Amino acid sequence: MRRGALTPYLLIAPATIFLGVLFLVPLVQTVALAFHADGSLSLGNFTRMAGDINFNDAITDTFEVVLLAVPLQLALALGMAMMLRHVRRGRDIVLWIWSIPLGISDLAAGLVWLAILTDRGYLNTLLFHLGVIPGPESWLTYETPVALLIAIVIAELWRATAIVLVILAAGVQLVPKEYAEAAEVFGASSWQRFIRVTLPLLRPSIQTALILRTVLAFEMFATVLTLGGRNFPVMMSEAFNWQYSQQNYGVAAAYAVLVMAVSLGATLIYLRVLRTPAAQLP
Amino acid sequence: MTPRVLTALSALLLAVPLTARVAAADTVFMSTQLRPIEEAQKMRDIILKDYSGKVTYVPQEPAQLPTRIQAEQQGGTHTISVIGALHGELEPLIPLNGLVPVDDLAAKLKDRGFPAGLMRLGRLGTAHQMYIPWMQATYFMVANKQALPYLPKGADLDALTYEQLAEWGAAIQAKTGKRMLGFPAGPTGLMHRFIEGFLYPSYTGGLVTTFDGAPADAMWTRFAGLWKYVNPNSTNYNFMQEPLLSGDVWVAFDHVARLLNALRQKPDDFVAFPAPSGPKGRGFMPVLAGLAIAKDAPDPQGAAALITYLTDPKTQLATATATGFFPVVKADLPADLDPGLKLAAAAIAKTETAKDAVPALLPVGLGSHGGEFDKVMLDTFQLIVLRGVKPHDALAREAPILQKVLTDSGAPCWAPDPPSTGACRVK
Repeated sequence: MRRGALTPYLLIAPATIFLGVLFLVPLVQTVALAFHADGSLSLGNFTRMAGDINFNDAITDTFEVVLLAVPLQLALALGMAMMLRHVRRGRDIVLWIWSIPLGISDLAAGLVWLAILTDRGYLNTLLFHLGVIPGPESWLTYETPVALLIAIVIAELWRATAIVLVILAAGVQLVPKEYAEAAEVFGASSWQRFIRVTLPLLRPSIQTALILRTVLAFEMFATVLTLGGRNFPVMMSEAFNWQYSQQNYGVAAAYAVLVMAVSLGATLIYLRVLRTPAAQLP
Repeated sequence: MTPRVLTALSALLLAVPLTARVAAADTVFMSTQLRPIEEAQKMRDIILKDYSGKVTYVPQEPAQLPTRIQAEQQGGTHTISVIGALHGELEPLIPLNGLVPVDDLAAKLKDRGFPAGLMRLGRLGTAHQMYIPWMQATYFMVANKQALPYLPKGADLDALTYEQLAEWGAAIQAKTGKRMLGFPAGPTGLMHRFIEGFLYPSYTGGLVTTFDGAPADAMWTRFAGLWKYVNPNSTNYNFMQEPLLSGDVWVAFDHVARLLNALRQKPDDFVAFPAPSGPKGRGFMPVLAGLAIAKDAPDPQGAAALITYLTDPKTQLATATATGFFPVVKADLPADLDPGLKLAAAAIAKTETAKDAVPALLPVGLGSHGGEFDKVMLDTFQLIVLRGVKPHDALAREAPILQKVLTDSGAPCWAPDPPSTGACRVK
């Protein structure tokens, strides 16, 4: 082999080694831990996980939030990206303001929304002054599961729509204006131009955004824990509880493997459903 | 590497910085309590200020205490003289042969007025005094004075029953329209301690052995009934002092350290009193820390002198003021003591001296299974009280899980369950 042929491999070697040591090794260890119980290969941790009183809730709650939040985030981000196209002056400032939540940690986002939604929070204060409610109303208890779900979905929307927006906004810039102009010449309405021209051309960006967002949504943790606590178990909070409160690392690892399997499944679906047809590849 | 080599190596590693830091004459005092920096600093600057000898105070994570003691023994380098830890943390040091009896010292300190019950605990199941009680805490209830008019007729606050607590909550709700009882059932709250140390002993006289059965069944039915008057935000509460101060809750149960701020900030607004009693008495969970002398301690005289100093009534009061842990000896509270502290001290004393008191220890011997034990209690609570599962079904579901935790850890029964040979069994 010529010396030059080695160069690319040498250049990616540090990143590969880094990922291998700090990602693949713990991954293999976690999987091994999950499938070991009482010193032998077994599904004990998984049966323990599935038999736990919070398991069904954790699965349902996680999927409810993901299935509600991710499509809403996609719709919102698409709308925002489209609007952004027409902003001439101050586009950067608008984009910057919209992406502020990206810079805030999950926990801080949870605390912000807790301050708004708690019994004596800003929302109740406002409603009280408007005369809508006679006194503090509870929104985040086990007795108000629907309000709790809505609160968590809203917090997730606020916190993570920006990541979808940033990816889509970048994608929109790559779409040549000529296509839309051509469609306009042929009499397509703005809605038809959006559906028939922009959206198909945005497909790769949408795919990336959806994969990233969905995987992260399945891993949601701090925001949910702050707002829902024990009342709203999700897969990651259960993994955390098994790891740190119950100190049963096997069941915690089983949850981690489950989250990984679900995320991989979602990614495969997106890759298949949203693949760019070969004819459209550059 | 064999475990032996590892232990010896860790002993060496642990001993090096310690010996390097400690001057030859210092008595090393290792403690699993008062670990946070501010508390440790109070220990050094305030509590130990008047001690004539030289002490090096070393905070130590509880989980590593047995390893540390074992390492010193196997490594042969002895640095620790006094060990301060909770009852349940000192107990595992007995089979390790890590403590020396302190019978002579106990005889010398007899006139300090340690309660006999606490001294008996200090024997750790042996024929000798293995530690001297050091300081204590427990859980009790605090009520806003606005709630007092709704107290059921004939009820004595200091001798309340769970039935009366339920009536009280019902009366408050009938008059104010709000559910004003509160429990710390949030993610980091201590609800499991309420179930383990208060509810079960009061209704069944035990915890593990009586986990399932007719009395437990009846208990959960009653408690689920009482929960109708509990603020639904309770599953978000971790420290009850906060909802008490904000007025969201009028009557609450919690650990003294998690109530003290309310009592200190508004001593005139609150009353403090023992947790209620049930058919089998007034279950309560004393949290007792003790002082022990390590085997082969480099400075046994210094150790005895330090223990004598720390159990002096004056030092005990200084400890209470600085840390919120209360005296274990007879100590007259000075008139100028913080009124909030006084309320707490009185509630603790009333809890301990209650005629129907049933002391229940913190779980002992569970090791790393402690978290799963607590989860069984919390899951049972969640199933029955929050999800409306029939107590009989929930207990039948959780009992085998509890048994597995005990079998896996091999923990024998602890008070108020009768002693067992081998792992404690659910009846």
